[in-house]
Amino acid sequence: MKRELISFLKYSVKKAVTLVLVVILAVYATIIIANMGGYVDEIIKAQTRDSINQSVFQNPAYQHLSTEEKKQLAEELYETEIEALGLNKPFIYRSVGYLISALSLNLGRATYLTSDSGSKAVRNIIVERLPTTILLFTSINLMLFFLSLIGGLFLSRKYGSKLDKAIVTLSPLSSIPGWFYGIFLILIFASWLGWLPYGGLVDVPPPPNSVDYALSVLKHMVLPVSSWLVAYSFIQTYTKRTFFLMFSSEDYVEMAKAKGLSPRLIERRYILKPTLPPIITEFALTLIGSWMGAIVTERVFNWPGIGTLFYQAASFMDAPVIIGEVSIYAYLLAITVFILDIVYAIVDPRIRIGVTGT
Amino acid sequence: MSVRRFKETFKQLLAYKSAVVGLCILGFIIGLSIYAVVTIPYEEAVRAWRLGEDISINNPRNAAPNWINLFLQKKLPETIIMDTLTSGSGARKAIVPGETLGAIRIEFSFEFNYDDFPSELNLFLTAKYNETAPYITIDWIKPDGETIRLNEMIVKSTDRYYISIDSKLATKLDAYLSEKIGQEIPYEIPPQLALFAVEDESLLKPETAQVLKGKYKMVIQGILFESSSDMDAKLVVYGKVFGLAGTDHLRRDLMVALLWGAPIAVSFGVLASVSISLLQMIIAAVSAWYGRWADMLLQKATEFNMILPFLPILMMIAVFYKLSIWVLLVVVIALSIFGSGVKTYRAMFLQVKELPYIEAAQTYGASSVRIIFRYMIPKVLPTIIPSLVLSVSGFVFLEAALAIMGLGDPTAPTWGKIINDAYNKGALYKGYFYWVLEPSFLLVLTALGFAMLGFALDKIFNPKLREM
Repeated sequence: MKRELISFLKYSVKKAVTLVLVVILAVYATIIIANMGGYVDEIIKAQTRDSINQSVFQNPAYQHLSTEEKKQLAEELYETEIEALGLNKPFIYRSVGYLISALSLNLGRATYLTSDSGSKAVRNIIVERLPTTILLFTSINLMLFFLSLIGGLFLSRKYGSKLDKAIVTLSPLSSIPGWFYGIFLILIFASWLGWLPYGGLVDVPPPPNSVDYALSVLKHMVLPVSSWLVAYSFIQTYTKRTFFLMFSSEDYVEMAKAKGLSPRLIERRYILKPTLPPIITEFALTLIGSWMGAIVTERVFNWPGIGTLFYQAASFMDAPVIIGEVSIYAYLLAITVFILDIVYAIVDPRIRIGVTGT
Repeated sequence: MSVRRFKETFKQLLAYKSAVVGLCILGFIIGLSIYAVVTIPYEEAVRAWRLGEDISINNPRNAAPNWINLFLQKKLPETIIMDTLTSGSGARKAIVPGETLGAIRIEFSFEFNYDDFPSELNLFLTAKYNETAPYITIDWIKPDGETIRLNEMIVKSTDRYYISIDSKLATKLDAYLSEKIGQEIPYEIPPQLALFAVEDESLLKPETAQVLKGKYKMVIQGILFESSSDMDAKLVVYGKVFGLAGTDHLRRDLMVALLWGAPIAVSFGVLASVSISLLQMIIAAVSAWYGRWADMLLQKATEFNMILPFLPILMMIAVFYKLSIWVLLVVVIALSIFGSGVKTYRAMFLQVKELPYIEAAQTYGASSVRIIFRYMIPKVLPTIIPSLVLSVSGFVFLEAALAIMGLGDPTAPTWGKIINDAYNKGALYKGYFYWVLEPSFLLVLTALGFAMLGFALDKIFNPKLREM
């Protein structure tokens, strides 16, 4: 018992350490990419120099100074400004500072972007966008998950039926991504029929009372949700069905059938139980992933979420925002993976002693 | 895979209807690609796409494809071009030379029997002179004989008269028509409508305005102030349909991008999918064969890759470095080689590693490199072909997605680029559906072609699924 506990602890610590290392590396890589290896600093420096030069040379208060003196003044102001921004130290040195503040979730201030409420703090910007993304994409993913789970289980029982064949035939539709169906749905339901809005979060101007507001948001969600359902429900149902079928053709299931156990009992005890871990993993990762939004779908439907924020941040080269988003995501993902690993190690003794098979 | 095996697979494939359809679709797309590459050199395609209005000035703006007329009761007009420099185009030029003053008369005459108005009217003029430029008057003669003075102007060496945006003319026509009908026209009547309309009450609303069908004429009369002076003119009556594909907001023939989109999409998709699959397989094989720290390291790399969000990173790189499509392809590959495929392949290699023939190879002294590349990878290769084919569609759409975010190769004419332009110019609001539907149709066709083939291959190579 004691030996088992120790081996379990060893396993957990090992997992945690490697995950932390991976998170650190991933965040650092993002910092390097988002700053273009320090090039973004050069841009900021050049912009600072420009604006200081302009303000010095156009300020009437400095008119009595000679050009030489003005230049010197501008240079001094520039040096102070650069020092205030912390840009006087080499990039590698500062990148470590960025890493430490990113990892301590001290997200700092955005370079260009502001939140709708006017704040420049990265935390506020992200927090403002998160609810809309969760509202849309977490709902979509939950719907897809449960739809495909129930559908897959149902089809695996009815395997070979007409419905089963229909789903299998329709699954190539998923080779086309959701945002692409979005364009078609907008064309049909917004442009042609005029039933639903083209995109956005609510009507303009937003309805004053909260019930109408909610209804308006719902109306705006119909098309994006449908586009993803059309795109992904068939393939996900198909994969789950095949997954359940593979498990239901295992020898121990045949054995249970031979014993004469009821189909319900077989399903619960011999099919669902072993398939549970991968399904839970998928569920958890999908949920976390949905918080990142979907850049292209958000662009097509003009949805003001995290994906749009990513796009804006990338277009404006706003490194702090990108780094902030990635570090939050990395943490969430790492914590989820860690919890899942620990839970499985508790549930499944094979894992913690390292006989995982693959 | 030997030739025999290939033939066998092909025969098996033909047994699946979906595979046959998929192969036909892919045949069509590949045919399109070859046609594009053979008929339009890439430089020319890029030039036609980038310069836009400069070389496509004779094309109408936002014109629908011409086959749309087959489905419409009201026939939309085609573009009519008349040029004094090309004979038989309906333009006639006569010069009466003189010692000091010469006279010139240019007459354009054309039949206009469409049910809708032209979209624009432009007159392009070129004049030869040393010091004093020719002076001209331009008259418009309707089929019923009504004559309208359009403008009087001095023609510079290259000159343009944009009839449809001449506001002075518009005011004049408005006054003329109001007097003729006896009522004020309640909207701003554009010249191309006024000049082609039946002049009665139907004009009071733009929807009810009728086209007066018949033979139209434009007469340019001018004075040449020098004996060596000369003038040429081109009248373009822009239609509302153009070619098989239509045009965009910059008058570009969409056909160029539709055709060239095919080879770009297919090669981007296939190259990405093949190289990513192969590289992932090599990594997985190395990881499985060497085991221990190599395995550990490569496994951690896949976790690291999972945390880095793919699309945002790709977008960032695309924004920062303004990459051409092929460099972008390399970045896509680099970001994907530690993708989730590595884990799946590794599981396969772990099984292959234990097979007796690998042991046999070891006993005869084969090197690790030889075992990995000659024995392990060829064994697994056939089983990944279906997923390889299936993943092509994803990369085709990835290119389109980047273009739609405005991040694609700025020079290459691609399907995604057309959709992006259409989206930015509000094609869906304004009802230019062809603009979105044409590239979308080709994208869908390509994706479905690869998907159908891939699913059928999956059933052949993974027989366990076939019985399910």
